Amino acid sequence: MTLKLLFFASLRERAGTSEMTIELDGPITVEALWRRLQRDHPRLASYSGPLRFAVDQSYVDNQETLQDNAEVAFIPPVSGG
Amino acid sequence: MFEIVAAPIVLEHVIRAVRRDDAGAIATFLGTTRDRNVGRRVIRLEYEAYPEMARLEMARIGAEVRENFGAAAVAIVHRIGVVEIGEASVAIAVSAAHRDAAFAGCRYAIDRLKEIVPIWKKEHYVGGEIWIGAQSGGLAAS
Repeated sequence: MTLKLLFFASLRERAGTSEMTIELDGPITVEALWRRLQRDHPRLASYSGPLRFAVDQSYVDNQETLQDNAEVAFIPPVSGG
Repeated sequence: MFEIVAAPIVLEHVIRAVRRDDAGAIATFLGTTRDRNVGRRVIRLEYEAYPEMARLEMARIGAEVRENFGAAAVAIVHRIGVVEIGEASVAIAVSAAHRDAAFAGCRYAIDRLKEIVPIWKKEHYVGGEIWIGAQSGGLAAS
């Protein structure tokens, strides 16, 4: 399946990009996807802070299973306002 | 009105968005850039958003305020990009029949925004820069 990945703030700086499209075989949870990304991108591996996930612009819990063409956002602690 | 803007916030526009004939009170809040934070001298703040989701979450907060406080209308506008000392990064307006609901709804809205809306600020201070995170001190850039 195809996934669009979005990175923000400190995570965007570590990833070196705000957006990435990947192909992989499902099924996979967001948490497992994150672990795979950390394995493939060492600078993401060194991020140990809190992280939330959003799929198609809604927060999801770590065990959410991803569907084809999902937009997955990796959300470090927010600091609006 | 639930918007992300890249230009100076005009509070009058935010107020206009919540005017209602049946409202006897409009409470407003502006978050502004402060010149110091936990001992650091702040030069400016820079905001980044996930705009589509930020608008959805701000609209969600608006619905919560209307439901939990009986408010008539809610508007939230957040600025992205550089916000200089003294400038507003966020504006909130809440209208209600009476002032208790307007004040309380407005307070609730900014507290909730700081919990859930996908917007981040980077603090440029004398000596460096740091992404502000859940910890009061922020996550050091590395």
